[in-house]
Amino acid sequence: MISMCSRTMKTTAVGAVIALLMPLAAEAHKGWIEPSKTVLAVGQWVTFDAATSTDPFIKDHNPLRLDNLLITAPDGSTVQPENAATGKLRSVFDLQLTQAGTYKIAVLNSGTMASWDDNGQTRRWPPRGQPFTAEGFAKEVPAKAKDLKVSQSIGRLETYVTAGKPSDGACKPSGKGLELVPVTAFNDLYAGEAAVFQLLIDGKPAKSVDVEVIADRRQYRDAVDAIELKSDDKGQLSIQWPSPGLYWLSASVTDSKADKPAKERRSSYTGIFEVLAP
Amino acid sequence: MKHPPFFLAICSFAAAPAVLAADLDISVQIPQLDVAEYHRPYVAVWLEREDHSVAGNLALWYSQKRGGGPGPGGAPPADAGKPAENKSMAGGEGGTKWLPDLRQWWRRSGREISVPIDGVSGATRPVGEQKFSFTVGKAPLAELAPGKYKLLVEAAREDGGRELVDIPFEWPVAAETPLKTQGKSELGGVSLLLKP
Repeated sequence: MISMCSRTMKTTAVGAVIALLMPLAAEAHKGWIEPSKTVLAVGQWVTFDAATSTDPFIKDHNPLRLDNLLITAPDGSTVQPENAATGKLRSVFDLQLTQAGTYKIAVLNSGTMASWDDNGQTRRWPPRGQPFTAEGFAKEVPAKAKDLKVSQSIGRLETYVTAGKPSDGACKPSGKGLELVPVTAFNDLYAGEAAVFQLLIDGKPAKSVDVEVIADRRQYRDAVDAIELKSDDKGQLSIQWPSPGLYWLSASVTDSKADKPAKERRSSYTGIFEVLAP
Repeated sequence: MKHPPFFLAICSFAAAPAVLAADLDISVQIPQLDVAEYHRPYVAVWLEREDHSVAGNLALWYSQKRGGGPGPGGAPPADAGKPAENKSMAGGEGGTKWLPDLRQWWRRSGREISVPIDGVSGATRPVGEQKFSFTVGKAPLAELAPGKYKLLVEAAREDGGRELVDIPFEWPVAAETPLKTQGKSELGGVSLLLKP
């Protein structure tokens, strides 16, 4: 009984610490999915590494959880990954490209979080790993909590691989949150050439959104050297790829179009792209 | 009287309306390489218009391994989807698996077509000069509208490098026009003889 009790206490304490660190962690660590190849022939296998770390593609922090992994085939159907496993520093999974066209590999994380001031201490609900429910919110969060902030988040992390000719069947926007759609195909990118993509928020052009693009191999240069861009009036971005390699592209929008009881909504999109040598 | 005989020959051909068969004679040198493990290169030869669209695939040499699936961009191999039962660890992709390594050719047309291509694709070729000839308007080369073109030759070799060379030209030509370029690593001399 005693040991049970102390373990419960310990878990709660750890949970609280994690909850407190979460917003900071969300800022500091970048999620990424790294495909072994992006331009392939039909029938080939491709493997993926997925993790979160300070610098994209560097396996030195945490694996990415694959619970919300969704792979969309060129015909729009959902396909299952094979050999999915989660290690200490990264998760892995394999995929065989049985159809011709572009596949979308996505991890969608959405949720709602309440935080408030309880006699000088910041409290949060729901605890990590637990879903936000209206009943739970009514029960656990004091109606007149001081500095109550309820925020919703919709986060997309995507990458794309293509067998044969690129197609856009898997890249159709869902109309929810921040999304990126191809003008230049996602797997038709070459160093020295400009690519045009369009950012959408709830299916409509996301104008004047700041976008950050970071190249791989960060460990071999002194600075992050991020490329800073802003979407235009059509929500479009034009990216001139400086060199071949993998790129991590990210943007977020905070607005008030949240589902009640949340008042604020943060939508984010992160995409991983491979740029080829011409 | 001082004209060399071949010049006279051209003149007489040009004057003869019967000779309409415009030809492209191509020669590609696959160089001898001093390497421990040599694999013959995959090679693609094609004609491109100014906008990079493909005016014709002329040659495609790749490893004809048993079990090579139908096609890179087209239909999946018959065993696609099934666990690799096995021909090789990577499934029954055969020699077509590496076609995307001819990356410029793959981008311009490879990813959209199925191999083999009748009269175009074939086995890899040995070191030496590979000669072939095409007649405009006769398969596999369609009629060429007047304009600017490029002959492209791309080679990629397992355990080796990749090289792309091109020869720009204008079509049609008034007289026999010899053109050439030189590769540096995976390709030797490439020549193109245009015949009106």
